[in-house]
Amino acid sequence: MSEITSGLWGLLLHGLWVTVQLTVFSAALGAAVAFAVGLARTHRLWIVRFVSGAYFELFRGTSALVLMIWVFFVVPMTLGWQLVPMWAAVLTLGCTYGAYGSEVVRGAVAAVPQAQREAGVALGFTPVQRLRKIVLPQAWPEMVPPFNNLLIELLKGTALVSVLGVGDITFAAQLVRNATGRSAPVYTVILVMYFVLAFLLTRGMRRVERRAKASVGRLAPAEPSGTAKTGRVRQQDLAGSSSATGGVS
Amino acid sequence: MNWDWSTLGDFLPLFGHGVLVTLQALVLGALIAFALGLVWALAQRSPLKVVRWPVTAVTEFVRNTPLLVQLFFIFYVLPEWGLTLSALATGVIGLGLHYSTYTAEVYRAGIDGVPAGQWEAATALSLPRSRTWAAVILPQALRRVTPALGNYVIAMLKDSPMLMTIGVLEMLGQARQFGSRTFQMNEPIVVVGIAFVLIAYPASLLLRALERRLAR
Repeated sequence: MSEITSGLWGLLLHGLWVTVQLTVFSAALGAAVAFAVGLARTHRLWIVRFVSGAYFELFRGTSALVLMIWVFFVVPMTLGWQLVPMWAAVLTLGCTYGAYGSEVVRGAVAAVPQAQREAGVALGFTPVQRLRKIVLPQAWPEMVPPFNNLLIELLKGTALVSVLGVGDITFAAQLVRNATGRSAPVYTVILVMYFVLAFLLTRGMRRVERRAKASVGRLAPAEPSGTAKTGRVRQQDLAGSSSATGGVS
Repeated sequence: MNWDWSTLGDFLPLFGHGVLVTLQALVLGALIAFALGLVWALAQRSPLKVVRWPVTAVTEFVRNTPLLVQLFFIFYVLPEWGLTLSALATGVIGLGLHYSTYTAEVYRAGIDGVPAGQWEAATALSLPRSRTWAAVILPQALRRVTPALGNYVIAMLKDSPMLMTIGVLEMLGQARQFGSRTFQMNEPIVVVGIAFVLIAYPASLLLRALERRLAR
């Protein structure tokens, strides 16, 4: 551990900050994509459903790293303009994880009982009002646990950007490794950094879930300890509805 | 957009090698993930705390940290400790280890899903513990979890390009090497991207069919 000087620690901490930024921006873009595509997939016009379904299958089927390299290396060579590496990374991560998230949104919206919508119609709500006041508030608590899993996947996905030369934790670790000539200390440190970030995210999302459940008058499940929850939720949605989650998460 | 079919012709033989390496890594990695995941799942049900806790801690840690960093760890740190592996072996072990922590949860869900009556019946027949697992519990649990395991194979397929970063020449590695040699990046990357969709989409349809069959 002592090989890592204070300057190199500064490098790692800067990398940590870049990773946090990447996670936040990609999650914001991903959430927007997830809601837009997920709701489009329940649209009554078949063409809207078809286009959004094609988007989902395309981004779910291909690898994030391949897309990232394509956006980063091929788009500048063929179109002549170039994205800042950071934004190329956010764009790819957001679109990829947004596609996974759209399945979560679609599933949760479909799980809201039809009678709720009919009640909205009976009360003369417009479609937008029905969505905003009736469907989404009830679907939201169901979305939070799978979104938590996706968020952890996204956090882990940000490590890919080091391949493009964005200075995240993994990239900083490579620099530190070259500087110190030793791999074990620095890679142990950054694995712990990622783990702590994932732990904090899970904690935060647990709080969001409790609040979301309380807002529709449901009791939150008892708090289990730590990140054990990520696995538990994951296996529930696998066991319960592996067709609803539609494949790979 | 400049698309050159002759570049594509030059790339295809290399691409063939890449596909083989990808599939090799995928199959071996999946075998490790399936086997090791079952070991984790059974260890987490162990009556001994000294077995249960470390296994839970390790699987949680591995699941919540990036595969890419784990690959670097195996590739750069193990040689410092005196164990040198080839790039492909590193990739297979990394992929298998990472996904074993996911399959462990899948197995656990499957085992938990076996009705308690089955356990009681095994006790009533005074089957030994090993036979209870092998003949009663696991056959029912595995049947349930097959589709979920398949989903993780597709996920592994899509994570296999990460092996490029430690120098394995799988599909993306071949594309990148070809691109840096000829400065023709467009065609190879597009081919690789399409190849992923072409492998993953039929596989997911197959899984859905399998799921329907097993659910009966």
